Amino acid sequence: MSATDRPDDAVTPKAARTPAKTPTAAKPPPPTAEPLGILARDPSGSVMVKLVRFEGPLDLLLHLIKRDEIDIYDIPIAHITQQYLTYIELMRSLDLDVAGEFLVMAATLMRIKAKMLLPLPSVGEEDDEGDPREELVQRLIEYRQFKEAAGTLKSRESDRRLLFERGMLPGEDEAGPLPLAPATLFDLLDALNRVMLRVPEQTVYEVQGDIFDVEDKMSLIARTVAEEGSISFTTLMHNCRARAEVIVTFIALLELVKLGTVSVTQAEPFGDILIVARTREGSEADAPVESPGGA
Amino acid sequence: MPPSNLQAALEALLFSSDQPLPLTLLAESLDAPPDRVAEALREYEAACTGRGAGVQLREIAGGYLLVTAPEHAEWVGRLLRGKKRMRLSRAALETMAIIAYKQPVTKSEVEAIRGVDSSAVLGTLLERNLVTIRGRSKVVGRPLLYGTTQEFLGYFGLRDLSELPRPEELRALVAAREPEQLDMMEMEAPASALARGTLAELEVVAQVGSDLPFSSDLQHEVEPVGEGDMDDAVAEELGQTGDRPAD
Repeated sequence: MSATDRPDDAVTPKAARTPAKTPTAAKPPPPTAEPLGILARDPSGSVMVKLVRFEGPLDLLLHLIKRDEIDIYDIPIAHITQQYLTYIELMRSLDLDVAGEFLVMAATLMRIKAKMLLPLPSVGEEDDEGDPREELVQRLIEYRQFKEAAGTLKSRESDRRLLFERGMLPGEDEAGPLPLAPATLFDLLDALNRVMLRVPEQTVYEVQGDIFDVEDKMSLIARTVAEEGSISFTTLMHNCRARAEVIVTFIALLELVKLGTVSVTQAEPFGDILIVARTREGSEADAPVESPGGA
Repeated sequence: MPPSNLQAALEALLFSSDQPLPLTLLAESLDAPPDRVAEALREYEAACTGRGAGVQLREIAGGYLLVTAPEHAEWVGRLLRGKKRMRLSRAALETMAIIAYKQPVTKSEVEAIRGVDSSAVLGTLLERNLVTIRGRSKVVGRPLLYGTTQEFLGYFGLRDLSELPRPEELRALVAAREPEQLDMMEMEAPASALARGTLAELEVVAQVGSDLPFSSDLQHEVEPVGEGDMDDAVAEELGQTGDRPAD
């Protein structure tokens, strides 16, 4: 690894004063030529997915440090700044909002880099100054520790999710109902009742065209007559809720009369018409009644 | 008069509750001395384990709670199918960890560690009752102080805060998670450098560690916030809370 690979790295040893300052301690790989290299090394899928995973600038820096196997106590600031800015640029090119915090960190990195480029003061004030990276290192280490703590919380969370206490069965206040909960007949009836209560009466008119079927009515009349011997015209029509149903019922009655299934009688003028079963004469006439809706 | 079958009565109490029951409450309800109840609890726990029961006794959030055994989680989960159980985002877990170790802590202290704005996350944690307002700090601006709740312990299945890893344990975990760094040092650094590097690391960690749990070095002077002013105070500090998910 020659100096020409990492021209910026020349600044690192000059200013580094941490105990870890050895020629071997910091060996970042050469900066990747491919700008997406920052992400390409991550095995988890797409660039976008990778991008949103960083919780903030410190998280991003820790990622870069880990990825490039950098000693956190001897960060090659030029290298890391370059990688960091590459990433910010990538965020921009993807039209992502670069949060202000990321920019503040970029400025911090560049300030540290600039400080390290300055020649060391020859006089003994250097102890006051210290390593310009120190504060950042402290922050990174502290953040890394809390990240670890967050990790342990996460595994506690996972363990805890395997334990269920009483009262965890879904209540009515839950946002989403059970998508595939088994429903009983009574549930269905309840649901029907609720719908019936909610649907206003006049909507019956809107759908009546589909509801009233001549053959259904024929079979209904024939069955009633067969079971009860007779039914009065008034009763029959009284059961109709809509004009269309009256008409359909009437047509059905006419059809039955025509087929010879029923006959109509009237005891007196203007009296109630009685529909009665007709004595079997033509068996073929029964056919459409016995198979209602067959057509 | 304590019940004739203390263990059975204990089981009845535990079964009846979906909240952890503190020992004192159990003892009081059973009219039995706490040490006898504690013994009965141990026996009951052993009995559950012994017969491979579907439920277990756990000590959570300072009390005793009957929960389903983890090996049956799959089946219970199927029964609860469709019920959405909350899971915290990484941001929320980070914030939660900082609050747990540094409490009482201000929002700006949390943000200084995380390096990002944490208002939305804090709002979510407050809303989910994992975090609460402990009062106000007397430092400039009188910022609110945040701390963990009983629900926090319950959510993570912690008996108490001392069950969280100590700073030195965290350090060991960090080291275990970053083996490549140690490997690199071992392979490439001369022994002396390794020794120095390790020492430096220890020093830094010691500094960080000193203000880690359970006694904040910040030592806020706490000033109470009235119950009625809580919502306003939170809204003022966090902006609109809760309208943005933590992740």
